[in-house]
Amino acid sequence: MGRYVARRLLQMIPVFLGTTLLIFLMVYSLPGDPVAGMFGDKGADPATLAKIRHDLGLDLPLWQQYWNYMTDIILHFDFGTQIRNGRPITEVLGEAFPVTLQLAALAFAFELVFGIGLGIIAGLKAGRLADNAILIFTLLIISIPVFVLGFIIKMVFAFELGWIEPNVSNDQLVSEMIAPAIVLGGLSLAYVARLTRTSMAENLRADYMRTAVAKGLPRRRVIGVHLMRNSMIPVVTFLGTDIGALMGGAVVTERIFNIKGVGGLIAESITRREGSTLVGLVTILVIIYLVTSLLIDLLYAVLDPRIRYA
Amino acid sequence: MRGATHAKWAALATAVALAATACGGDDSGGGSGADGIVSSSWGDPQNPLEPANTNEVQGGKVLSMIFRGLKQYDPKTGEAKDMLAEKIDTTDSTNFTITVKDGWTFSNGEKVTAKSFVDAWNYGAHLKNNQKNAYFFGQIEGYDQVHPEKGEPTAETMSGLKVTGPQTFTVKLTQKFSTWPITLGYAAFSPLPQAFYTDHAAWLSKPIGNGPYTVDSYSKGSQMALKRWDGYPGADKAQNGGITLKVYTDNNTAYTDLTAGNLDLVDDVPASQLKNVQADLGDRYINVPAGIIQTLSFPFYDPAWNKPGQEKLRQGLSMAIDRNQITETIFQKTRTPAVDWTSPVLGEEGGFKDICGDFCKYDAAEAKKLVAEGGGIPGGTMKISYNADTGSHKEWVDAVCNSINRALGNNKACVGNPVGTFADFRNQVTQSKMDGPFRAGWQMDYPLIQNFLQPLYFTNASSNDGKYSDPEFDKLVNEANAEADTAKAIGLFQQAEEVLRDDMGAIPLWYQNGSAGYSERVSNVSLNPFSVPVYDQIKVN
Repeated sequence: MGRYVARRLLQMIPVFLGTTLLIFLMVYSLPGDPVAGMFGDKGADPATLAKIRHDLGLDLPLWQQYWNYMTDIILHFDFGTQIRNGRPITEVLGEAFPVTLQLAALAFAFELVFGIGLGIIAGLKAGRLADNAILIFTLLIISIPVFVLGFIIKMVFAFELGWIEPNVSNDQLVSEMIAPAIVLGGLSLAYVARLTRTSMAENLRADYMRTAVAKGLPRRRVIGVHLMRNSMIPVVTFLGTDIGALMGGAVVTERIFNIKGVGGLIAESITRREGSTLVGLVTILVIIYLVTSLLIDLLYAVLDPRIRYA
Repeated sequence: MRGATHAKWAALATAVALAATACGGDDSGGGSGADGIVSSSWGDPQNPLEPANTNEVQGGKVLSMIFRGLKQYDPKTGEAKDMLAEKIDTTDSTNFTITVKDGWTFSNGEKVTAKSFVDAWNYGAHLKNNQKNAYFFGQIEGYDQVHPEKGEPTAETMSGLKVTGPQTFTVKLTQKFSTWPITLGYAAFSPLPQAFYTDHAAWLSKPIGNGPYTVDSYSKGSQMALKRWDGYPGADKAQNGGITLKVYTDNNTAYTDLTAGNLDLVDDVPASQLKNVQADLGDRYINVPAGIIQTLSFPFYDPAWNKPGQEKLRQGLSMAIDRNQITETIFQKTRTPAVDWTSPVLGEEGGFKDICGDFCKYDAAEAKKLVAEGGGIPGGTMKISYNADTGSHKEWVDAVCNSINRALGNNKACVGNPVGTFADFRNQVTQSKMDGPFRAGWQMDYPLIQNFLQPLYFTNASSNDGKYSDPEFDKLVNEANAEADTAKAIGLFQQAEEVLRDDMGAIPLWYQNGSAGYSERVSNVSLNPFSVPVYDQIKVN
């Protein structure tokens, strides 16, 4: 087990280097000059333009830019500065990530509790009224685009009923985050519910289930331990990959609810061609992905005793 | 009976929720009357908040509150009035002697002297400081030494600036520019305190200026709280206790916060909400002309677009655009059809005049005739390029193309050509890579007719992206700049504009308006000609 974890951690190094290099190359092959863009519709003064590009190291060959970038990150934990207003990128990331973490955690808790809950109900009552009702509900959620759901929730709960604030204020209170978290987690909730339901309905007919029932174990233990543990494997796989998606893919939700998080920052960095901000953001997301996928693999062994890591 | 009980509970719950949100709403405001705080929508400024480095409206909002320069533009008329300038004298339109008023200080107590200006201007001009508005100092003698086009600077300060007394300094320009003092209201010409140079990082995180407000707290990327400065010596003291600028992810969220009562002022009403404005805000909606003009520029560097006789083609295209219809249907009247190459904010005295005449009026038959006489559209189809990421340009470019196609009776005459990002679009424009007309927008720096013509159409001017060039136009602009009499100078600029019209060097489309909406908590809200709210005049009820 220990050797397995060590090997996985070491494997992360080439993956980390490869992804950052790829992203770096992709960002720098985008057309356009981010410095010229800052001059707006007005003509940029060539001398100032050249000076700013030189100060940011944008006039160096690509391989040298990448080398400087990586050595700064690894040796000094320095992600560089933004082209836009010269702010250190660590500071920009340090502001966006806590907000996004809070939002993603809320959304994750929401989809975990309600997704699995609905899935269990549907799975145990497969083919009955409750199952059909949940099927319709989840299909509805999956088919509504996020921004429509966001605007509906805003309309109904903020403007018609006045229960919530329409936007997240600069204080970023937890109470304000609930509505965007529901919108963000809504889609995944439906998937989690579907996955749980299918997996449970299938395993209900498995041999070990019959054995457990035949042994005379209480129903609670049969479902809670024997059935649940085995049915959770596909769900855990989905949840693990979803953490990354919740953090980086909340562009629309963040925009609708005025949340200054990672998703908006990524979108903005792409249109403004903020290379170093983008690479910094994605690097952190890659690390999060790598760590969660390791955790999931370890969780498999916990859930299914047949899986062993040497 | 059971139903009735439920209804009662629901009503009670709603009432409690409403009361709770109502209380929450008050927190954002804080106080009323003369000490009330106004909350206003904001976007993260693109550049550090240095005066000579701020070239967009979000940073401009802050500068308009914390700085006062030698001149100040009247928020209503745009007229440049003396602010810190006691007097600005010149006999030859080249050498200026400026006397700074006594009794002004920065909010940290430091006196505003002639040196405060000279040092600030030298800082703004110097290449090593990467200031985006450095070219504003380009007319001052010695600019070439501190900001050479190529190579390293050879001087630290501009030779044309000399401090001659505690409150006086002289400026020498490289050529005659009679209306130069009027440009001094631009934020780039603001004075700076010593703290700006001695502890630059601290200054940037909490700027110190000499305007009616001081920065109370600034958290980058989310908000800035400004407080009224009680020691402000000027006449335009703040009428409220302070302004809190809040960053919003987009103007739609800001607008919904305004309608929900969490925000007092939105200075950019989203196009999608214009239909609801009347119902939501009633008369608390402002829509006034701003010093912004949108045009279609031509690539004169492309041989296909620079043939003799093609002025008729360009004039014909201009007449094929139904400006009235597009401004009404697409822009809901937040744009005004253009009749010249300047802006209505200049006023008639400032040189705004219907110079374009019939060439800016829709006339399909005449348009078709002129385009044919001008040799037709090069290649049979023209592409209008625009950036697709910001500013929703797609709608109007498509409408302009439809209008041209309809007028010419040819479905393939014109087509829109979206460019993915603004950075890419500007890159292609500045590197002269366009092969057809492209969108151009100009926001004035100072309310002068010169600012609408010289930087855009003078040969090799800084923002002459289409590389338009006409010796007659250049000659008239030079004559106008040398003319000491303002009225005569404006007449000469208008003559230059007529040359521009006969060439149709760019097709004027429309003037952009500034729009704003505000809550019932505040009153006396207005926008200045730069479409920035006049914060100091806002009153909290």
